[in-house]
This record gives sequence, C-alpha cells and structure tokens, in this order.
Amino acid sequence: MNPRVATLLGIFAPLSLLTIGGGQTIIADIQRQVVDVHHWMSAGTFVTLFAIARMAPGPGSLLATLIGWRVAGFWGALAATIGIFTPTCVLIYALARIWSRHRGARWQRALEGGLRPLAAGMILATTWVLVGGLEGGWLARAIAIAATALLLATKISPLPLLAIGSAAFVLLHAL
Amino acid sequence: MAPPHRPTSPTPARLFLIFAQIGLTSFGGGLSAWMLRAFVRERAWLSEEEFLNGLGIAQALPGVNVTNMGIWIGYRLCGTAGALASVTAVVIPPAILMVLIAIAFAWLERFPITRPALDGAAAAAIGLSAWMGITAARRVPRRVIPLAIMAASFAAVAWLHIPLLWVVLAGGSASVALEYIRLGNER
Repeated sequence: MNPRVATLLGIFAPLSLLTIGGGQTIIADIQRQVVDVHHWMSAGTFVTLFAIARMAPGPGSLLATLIGWRVAGFWGALAATIGIFTPTCVLIYALARIWSRHRGARWQRALEGGLRPLAAGMILATTWVLVGGLEGGWLARAIAIAATALLLATKISPLPLLAIGSAAFVLLHAL
Repeated sequence: MAPPHRPTSPTPARLFLIFAQIGLTSFGGGLSAWMLRAFVRERAWLSEEEFLNGLGIAQALPGVNVTNMGIWIGYRLCGTAGALASVTAVVIPPAILMVLIAIAFAWLERFPITRPALDGAAAAAIGLSAWMGITAARRVPRRVIPLAIMAASFAAVAWLHIPLLWVVLAGGSASVALEYIRLGNER
C-alpha cells in the first residue's frame, strides 16, 4: 500500500478534534500540511479542490476525501475520510449515550439552555459571512431574501428551492 | 414529550435514506437547516426545541456539525443502530459523489450557463442559513442574558472575526455557567 495512506490518516485524525464550529477552522492547517510540508500539490490545486468541496453537496469537510483521493487514490480517500470523521464521531456518540442516561439533570439543562443562544448567534453570523461572499450582486441578494421568506412562509423542501433559485438567476441574468 | 401526530415512525433504514438524501442534495452547505426541515417540519419526529438543543451541543463540540447532528439525532431516535446508519449515510454517499464531481468539474466549466446556475443556487442556499438563524433566534428566551450572548457571539464571529474556538470556549462556558446559576435560583 502507498505509504502516503498512513500519513494521510496521521494528518487528518488529530485535525478532526480541532474542527470546532464546523470544518472552516482547520482549512488553513490542512493547506499548510498538504502544500508546504508534504508538497503533495500546488497552492492553486488546493484552492480548486476547496472550491469543489464548497460547491458539492454534503459536509464541507469532505475536502479531506478529495485531498486523499488526489494524493493516493481510493485508499487515500478512505484513510482521509476515516481520519477526519472518526475521532469526533466517537466523542459525540459517547456524549449522546451519557445524555440519555441523565435526562433532565441541572447541568444538562444548563448546557442546553446556555449553548442555544450561542448557536443562534453563530448561525446568524455564518449567514452574514455567506452574504458577504455572495457572487452575483443585488440579484443574488434578492434571491437569498426571497428564499428566506419562502422558507418562513411555506413547507417547501430545500432541493426545489435551490432549483428555483438557480433557474431564476439564469433567467433574470440573461435579461 | 412525544409529538401528538406521527405519520411514520423512525427506523434505522428510514434514517439512512433521509440522511443520504440530505447529504446528496444539500448543495450550498447549511445542512442543519435541511435536517430541521426533514425531522421537525416534515416528519415531526423531534420538537423544534429538542432539535435546537442538539444543535447547540453539536456546534460546541469538535467535529463537523452535520455528522455530530447525524449521530445525535440517530441515537436519540433509534439508539446505536440509528446513530451508525445516520452518520454513514451523511458521509459515504456524498464522499463518492464529491470525487465524481471533481472528475466532471473540468468538463462542466466549459459551459457558460454553469456559473450563473451555481450562483443562483448558492444565493437560495443562503436563504436556508438565514431561515435557520431566524428559527433559532426566535427560540432564544426573551431575557437579557441569552439575548446578550446571542448578540455577542454574532458580533464576535461576523464583525470581529474571532476564531470560533475562542467564541465557543469563552462565550459557551460563560453562558452555560450563568444558565446553571439561574436554574439553581429558580427552585
């Protein structure tokens, strides 16, 4: 087996535990390891892979899968995927078990009640940051606002919503 | 606690299908909004409050929110088998698709319609994030401390660009400690 496979596992497994608040926090360090330390790809290739990971469906941390695939084929993709997801999955699984055993305890209600306002603020901030990075000017912003209104008012599923947004942008853009 | 009306009940197989569908169709990120839609709005398997409690924990812990939420929801609804089914579904099918997309990408980029079509979908996807934020904010208790924590965490991330690690560690521990004290005074 390619020796890079073990190295990939060794890079991504520790990074897994540093992904607080989503995968964005570790991108810079992945880039440092893959481009500067191991010279597996150029910075330009890294940015392209990052863009593809952002565009594709699924968790953004699948960037690890893409890097693994690029560096060492199928086994590389598998090792990187296992590395980036397993440690944190084990952690939250253990917590979920403890949680159901102590339902209603004061520390548990404090954690739930205390973390919810924080989560709300962070989601709103994410929205803010996403709007800032939005391409397509006022038309794109109008679509984002219309989509929000539609979601608040109806039970529309996300996929048709994105299809409508996409079609609306293409049509209005052409006018 | 159970919602009064349950058209279907959760099983590991159903969880697998729902999470695979979310994982494969959630263009534009913000997968937790898709989950809120699927489990609370469409199926009523969880109450909005239960979902948001889980989300707060999934965000504060290390790990990808989506896989954390998958395990949390899966375990809550169907135990260990549910957690395993959910996390597999949310990771493996999109991982395969991601590699296929990377292969197809160079070919698709030639068409001039690809860019605006993706921009439009990305704009609508921001609507998901906004809706999710509004839903979560509506559920924050109308008291000074939770509202201040919400505003402070928004400002810290959106305007001050403080690393999330510090926002979660400092903001999270302060908020949880204050809530713990408040719950003690309630009695």
